[in-house]
Amino acid sequence: MERELRIKSIHNGTVIDHIRAGQALNVLKILRITGASKAVISVAMNVPSKNITSKDIVKIEDRELASDEVDKIALIAPNATINIIRGYEVIEKHKVQLPDEIEGIIKCANPNCISNTKEPVSPKFVLHEVDPLQFRCFYCDRILVGDFIDYVKT
Amino acid sequence: MFTKKNILSMRDFSRSEIDLVLEGAEKLEKYALGKKSDLLQGKIMANLFFEPSTRTRLSFESAMKRLGGEVLNLGSQEASSISKGETLSDTVRVISNYCDVLVLRHPKEGAARMAAQFSSVPVINAGDGAGHHPTQTLLDLYTIKRESFLDGVSIALVGDLKYGRTVHSLAYALAMYDAKMFLVSPEQLKMPDDIKSDLKDLGAEVIESTSLNDVVKDLDVLYVTRIQRERFPDPEEYGKVADSYCVSLDLLNDVRKNLIIMHPLPRVNEIDVEVDKTPHAKYFKQAFYAVPVRMALLTLLLGD
Repeated sequence: MERELRIKSIHNGTVIDHIRAGQALNVLKILRITGASKAVISVAMNVPSKNITSKDIVKIEDRELASDEVDKIALIAPNATINIIRGYEVIEKHKVQLPDEIEGIIKCANPNCISNTKEPVSPKFVLHEVDPLQFRCFYCDRILVGDFIDYVKT
Repeated sequence: MFTKKNILSMRDFSRSEIDLVLEGAEKLEKYALGKKSDLLQGKIMANLFFEPSTRTRLSFESAMKRLGGEVLNLGSQEASSISKGETLSDTVRVISNYCDVLVLRHPKEGAARMAAQFSSVPVINAGDGAGHHPTQTLLDLYTIKRESFLDGVSIALVGDLKYGRTVHSLAYALAMYDAKMFLVSPEQLKMPDDIKSDLKDLGAEVIESTSLNDVVKDLDVLYVTRIQRERFPDPEEYGKVADSYCVSLDLLNDVRKNLIIMHPLPRVNEIDVEVDKTPHAKYFKQAFYAVPVRMALLTLLLGD
């Protein structure tokens, strides 16, 4: 298969496939995976694909990401699939699931929201609408729409 | 059964919970009028107001005192000196040790919901920034119930429907009563689409109009709000718009006999003082109903 030629298979770890083209780096940002960790990470962007015109792929070696950890990326890559690899075999495969609640990843767009102050609370959102994707701020009720990467906490 | 621990937003209320509050208010109205009561004797309410307020703070205080309870009052000055730069969450953790219920007004949206996470006693949201003011909505509903009727009421919400979020909560609650809602506002202050679609989903009939004259004859309730000058970059434009939504005697020529006019107050010039003398004027009665409604909330939260 062509994609196997682009990035070689990994022995153990996690493959995030079918990421919306161009979003791979943002996926890493949401997962807080930076080059600072020792893990070998391969990123392929704008790879031609059967189902979607093109896609991104991320392979993280020697780390198995838990579902609740990975589901956060559904915000920007709703069709992504997670493959857990052990000994070159896919031992678990599933689609990311939009979480009903999301905490600490994105921040509220309302500058007057209590979650954007020095108070000791992390921003929290409740899924409001799936298509188009909308999250409602747990504190101020502001509805967030559009490109969620803009709201990701830095 | 009323199971709420806090009063934060109308969004948290079901119709049956609203009805419980309104029924409670009706039973407590005699005490709001001055009859002695010791229902809340031994209980302490703390008013924690980070923004100035007269009627909300005083009506809460009146409600608590008339039911035999005590009040700790922290106005905006004291509140800010008490907090001395500390977080709201810390202030709330401290003050909730001194009282049985905490009434909070704060300039940040979502402040009350956050406070409820840190408070050891129930929190009542008395306004958070441009956010929620649920006790205002409940007293508005109570006024409509007492002076008109709620089920299927034909009501016009007039004024700033874009930014006026208390109007949004009221509309949301009225939708639960199958209200027919006329949304009357200048083009630039129309109610946001997502709220309109929420209202329709809840079963309300929603009709938009820019002319009060066109709809006033079909109303049971005329709910007037202030159009704020700062919403208009051009003062002349503001003047024209504000005038066109002014309720005067002329407007009331052909209205329904039982039409009631409401306003959350303070009014500036939205309602001509001449209108005060007509039987339609209920805005001062509305201000009175704040007391039994807040009494009902306090007893529901503090009752054993």
